[in-house]
Amino acid sequence: MPAIAETRDAVETLGQSTYKWGFETEIEMDMAPKGLTEDTIRLISQRKQEPEWLLEWRLKAFQAWQAMTEPTWAKVSHPPIDFQDAHYYAAPKKKPGPKSLEEVDPELLRTYEKLGIPLHEQAMLAGVELPEGETARPPVAVDAVFDSVSVVTTFRETLAKAGVIFCPISEAVREHPELVRRYLGSVVPVADNFYAALNSAVFTDGSFVYVPKGVRCPMELSTYFRINARNTGQFERTLIVVEDGASVSYLEGCTAPMRDENQLHAAVVELVAMEDSSIKYSTVQNWYPGDEQGRGGIYNFVTKRGACRGDRSKISWTQVETGSAITWKYPSCILQGDGAVGEFYSVAVTNNHQQADTGTKMIHLGRNTRSTIIAKTISAGHSDSTYRGLVRMMPKAAGARNFTQCDSLLIGDQCGAHTVPYIESRNLSAKIEHEATTSKISEDQLFYCRQRGLSEEDAVGLIVNGFCKDVLKELPMEFAVEAQKLLQISLEGSVG
Amino acid sequence: MNAIAPVGVSAAAFLNRYAGGEGNATRAQAADLLRKAGLPRAGVEAWKYTSLRTLADIAFAGAPVRADAAAVDALLAEAERAYALDAGLSRAVMVNGRFAPGLSRLPDGVSVARFAADADLAPHDDVASALNALLAEDGLTLTVAPGVDAGRMALLSVVVAPDGVALSVHPRHRIVLGAGARLSVLDLSVGRGDYLNNPVLDVAVAEGGHLIHAKLQTEDPVARHLAVVHAEVAGDASYDSFTLTLGAALARHEVHARLTAEGGIVHVNGAQLLDGRQVADLTSVITHAAPACNSRQTVKNVLAGHARGVFQGKILVERVAQKTDGYQMNQALLLSDTAEIDAKPELEIYADDVRCSHGATVGALDAEQLFYLRSRGVAGDEARAILVKAFLHDAVELMGDEALRAVLDRAVETWWNRKDA
Repeated sequence: MPAIAETRDAVETLGQSTYKWGFETEIEMDMAPKGLTEDTIRLISQRKQEPEWLLEWRLKAFQAWQAMTEPTWAKVSHPPIDFQDAHYYAAPKKKPGPKSLEEVDPELLRTYEKLGIPLHEQAMLAGVELPEGETARPPVAVDAVFDSVSVVTTFRETLAKAGVIFCPISEAVREHPELVRRYLGSVVPVADNFYAALNSAVFTDGSFVYVPKGVRCPMELSTYFRINARNTGQFERTLIVVEDGASVSYLEGCTAPMRDENQLHAAVVELVAMEDSSIKYSTVQNWYPGDEQGRGGIYNFVTKRGACRGDRSKISWTQVETGSAITWKYPSCILQGDGAVGEFYSVAVTNNHQQADTGTKMIHLGRNTRSTIIAKTISAGHSDSTYRGLVRMMPKAAGARNFTQCDSLLIGDQCGAHTVPYIESRNLSAKIEHEATTSKISEDQLFYCRQRGLSEEDAVGLIVNGFCKDVLKELPMEFAVEAQKLLQISLEGSVG
Repeated sequence: MNAIAPVGVSAAAFLNRYAGGEGNATRAQAADLLRKAGLPRAGVEAWKYTSLRTLADIAFAGAPVRADAAAVDALLAEAERAYALDAGLSRAVMVNGRFAPGLSRLPDGVSVARFAADADLAPHDDVASALNALLAEDGLTLTVAPGVDAGRMALLSVVVAPDGVALSVHPRHRIVLGAGARLSVLDLSVGRGDYLNNPVLDVAVAEGGHLIHAKLQTEDPVARHLAVVHAEVAGDASYDSFTLTLGAALARHEVHARLTAEGGIVHVNGAQLLDGRQVADLTSVITHAAPACNSRQTVKNVLAGHARGVFQGKILVERVAQKTDGYQMNQALLLSDTAEIDAKPELEIYADDVRCSHGATVGALDAEQLFYLRSRGVAGDEARAILVKAFLHDAVELMGDEALRAVLDRAVETWWNRKDA
């Protein structure tokens, strides 16, 4: 395909400038010294003015972590990580809580601006709500996580009126300790896996959402994560609890500045869905993937799990993964309640030297539980992308159903695409269907588009977007647009 | 296989029987691997669902252990009757891991040589092959000269363990087909008593050659069967296999097939029919190491009682293997509330211009299909039988040799009737 090669060459010359979110913000940081000991954990706990029980919980996790070894089963490779060579706490220098725009560090605001965060007219930051009708779309509440400490949370009052709690988890620890204590670690136990244990020991901040009985959260909740200071691992902790008959849609978007050193990110997200409730969790992940030679980039080792505790509860994960040097991520559903529903929609794009090992786990415990998995994997450049997913039907999951579809698209002949599903059934009446395909962009489709006047690159973009359509349509509107753009940016330099 | 982690259980019982000192590099390597990795227990990725833990506690006696001649004759006669084997079918018989010329009828067109020198041991790096390499003492090399159609033959393994003795046998066989040669092999194992059968078969099919390998495993219900096939398939050649697993308490059939030149074809089909507390594992790695090759795999599990079926199938497409066509389907039918299936179909693909797909389904007999048959006057048991056999038929009909397909069909029939009884 000479035409494709030509275009590829042309695009490659554009170089790495395509990572348009590569910049660094200079803000004074309050940092813990490098290394991880019990003292570090005590320091974090003390800085965050945490109660005794949380410190003990952290220490328990730390002990468990020390006895664990890093998992090796994923199809990724990286030099050994020196966990003692990182800062485990970094907070922007403390000022009295920003109450108006003027009080917010202007550097921070500029960062948001560059990010294009829909902070929805920055006046929102000052707590000034727009008059009704002035917003063209439903409002989005943002809990912006700037490195490790949530700096500003908007829309608090509107949410409070509905009874929804949406705040940094450190604040929730202080103000709603009974809720946090009850649910924290109840889905991902402290010793669940190596990275989750590490997170439990040193997590600095994250979001907490609580939607009380019967409440439909009046707006979509959104957190923008950024990793900013050099050499700080990010250990976000997110906990979302949705009571009987309640529902929430949560958006998580990530970008990170350009840097040389690899950075570890080990977040934990826990979702709890009670009877007849639903949680929709959408992620667009676009952290720095490293340069064309595979130098630098974020290591994204994340544990995400939701428990459908109540009957007819529903958890839906949607993710668009385009960033990070290495992704190790398996958003999962434990379907405990009868008739519970789990969904996983994923697009994972790897380019250059990125590695992604991602997928889901659907554990069916309750009767008539249902799960759907749609995973689209696109590999380009020298990258490797793996779908790894588990579907497990436990003995009591009578009448349970699963449908899985994994499709891989290879762009270029130096990349790899792999599919590793694990299918386990211990119930006679449970039904599992799994399909997987691997292919490249068909010459016929390309020809068809080119013939109608599309450039090669646009044609590929169109075909790739079509390939991902089943997933993209699950995203909330504002994310879907961003995600489509991301796909194209991520594939620049490789797509012919 | 790569994922050998040093977390297995001790292989000391086997290592103690290895004399060492003979200076054979392959054996020494195998001993080294077993010392370091041990016998895998579930959790090691390549053995995720099958543990050899129970083997560690048994002091298996090595061959030669004299087999009860009457028992051997009875087992052979029983197999011939049950599967209606052609009386004239050529056969090479192994008794307790040793070639038994007196019971064999060697075919024309196939030269049969006995495993002689340790130097014949091909090195492999999987655990079951290592165990075989450590203790292999006998086996056969079947060679078909270029251009010869050698017809059909049987490779029969009979193991009879004396009462109170646990026996392990580790035959090492080889099938070599010259360019354009053809051969069909029925690979049948039967036995009685407490034993481990650990055969390793190396297959090499030269350009344009065509090997059909129909394996029927009907070991004693308390026995263990740990087999490995390593097949190298040249250009325009084919290795067409079907493995029907009925016997043994613990069984694993592992296939490593490698397509080394354009136009090669590999079929790794199979079925596992299990009941009681049987555990059986069909694991395969099909490597496309050359362009424009074709691999097909259909595997069915029918699981009753407390049985557990395992399927792990990997299709690996190397960077050079453009224009690969790979297809894999695995389906499981659960007949009881306590049966379990664990499947891991895997695609590992490094070439972009390929067509690879796999599908998997798990479920019970379809209530609507049952109703359809019942409503037309077919009794419940018979309706179930029809549906289960139809389910298996999709796979068995892929066997390219008609006479051997008939043998497999009979074996399915026998299993179903015995299960019902």
